[in-house]
Amino acid sequence: MADGAPPATPGFAAQVLRIAAKDLRIELRSREILLTMTFLAVVIVLIFSFAFVVGDARPSPSVTAGILWIAVIVSGTVGLGRTYDREREGEAIRSLLLSPVPRGAIYLGKLVATAALMVIVEGVLTALAGFLFAGGVLAHVAWIALLLALGTVGFAAAGCVFSAALLRSRSRDVLLSTLLYPIIVPIVIAGARGTSQLLDPLAPDLEGARFWTQFLVALDVIFVTVGLWAFEPVAAGD
Amino acid sequence: MTAAGLILEGVGKTYDGRRALVDVSTTFAPGQVSAVLGPNGAGKSTLLGIVSTLVTPTAGRLRWDGVPLARGSAARARIGYVGHEPGLYGDLDARENLILFARLYGVADPAGRAHAMLARVGLADVAPEKPARAFSRGMQQRLALARALLHEPALLLFDEPASALDPSGAAWLAGELRAERAAGRIVVLVTHDLEAAGPIADRVLILRRGRVVFDDARPGGFDAATVRDLYRERTGG
Repeated sequence: MADGAPPATPGFAAQVLRIAAKDLRIELRSREILLTMTFLAVVIVLIFSFAFVVGDARPSPSVTAGILWIAVIVSGTVGLGRTYDREREGEAIRSLLLSPVPRGAIYLGKLVATAALMVIVEGVLTALAGFLFAGGVLAHVAWIALLLALGTVGFAAAGCVFSAALLRSRSRDVLLSTLLYPIIVPIVIAGARGTSQLLDPLAPDLEGARFWTQFLVALDVIFVTVGLWAFEPVAAGD
Repeated sequence: MTAAGLILEGVGKTYDGRRALVDVSTTFAPGQVSAVLGPNGAGKSTLLGIVSTLVTPTAGRLRWDGVPLARGSAARARIGYVGHEPGLYGDLDARENLILFARLYGVADPAGRAHAMLARVGLADVAPEKPARAFSRGMQQRLALARALLHEPALLLFDEPASALDPSGAAWLAGELRAERAAGRIVVLVTHDLEAAGPIADRVLILRRGRVVFDDARPGGFDAATVRDLYRERTGG
């Protein structure tokens, strides 16, 4: 086949799933990222609980929402960094970029895998926050889960681009959070505001939460679209 | 009628005003091993990066069998690359690595192909669940070659592939290069190892400070002494 046509490459969606499945299979084997992310997120929530839970007094809904989102973002950053470290080790990313897989499929595959790991951690976090801070978490748990999932997609969309851009940078661990956090401020604000409006046990602001949910959907569309466009040049790195 | 092979015309690359490659024109022909030699910083890896489509040239053009070759080109599905790093996922075992890349390339029967390639590179008896990171460098290079050959590429690129191999591993690799040449593939080998390059190269291209200072193909190939003398004469090294 030396001079023949190359084999027909699988479809875009199949390639996205293969890249994601590869990352998740590696993680399933080591559980290194998942355990680190969960441990860090739980520690953050516990530290805040010591500061804000005094006797019977519970923190306000906005404080609880803030704690939840800080834990999500910080633990997500750790997960992102390590996921891309695995691409850098042994220059595996070079093999991936040389394959006929479209850059967009690589980007979305990494995004799906990162988001999947974050969602698992968020499940643990939500239960813990509900137990420590507010029974209100349980009243609208599905909606809060939706807000977290939407925020996670936006976070992973931006994070995958920056992680790819910093792949060959020596100071990538420091630079990732420095560059990423200012970009994801709108996501954190929307997520935290929407969550806090659902956490009020007496008068949850469902209209407000609906607005922030829609706002997060719009942000996700923008972040994923820009990510698809930006990933090709940043991943090439020449 | 279009010329067969990979043709580079006036290819250049500039990084932030620094010229890494200047006006490189040559032809890498099928059924030929082309050795690209030169001191550190001569532009060898940049040239290989451009040929692999990972690096975009700032000047010139490449045509493969008459078709332009550039970043994003569909022709990259016909390229195999072996670098000094293995390009593998260390947490996956040998078979998983090969099946993953076979699927990404759309190879029919990924498991069967992975099995066949492991047998070819002498890794068929390796413990099935041993992660690639636990392999010796020699084993990793064998696995890297298996990965590069999975999809039967028409163009094979090697960047210092023998740098981590012991003498028997290097001899094995030279045999594989000859087999690929005999199969009619274009083989481009970037190396510092003049002794190894001489006996297997049909074409020798020497770079110095990004420019081609020697480029010739000889039907009977080159012996090591000739390559050594040419290198010393053209690079002063």
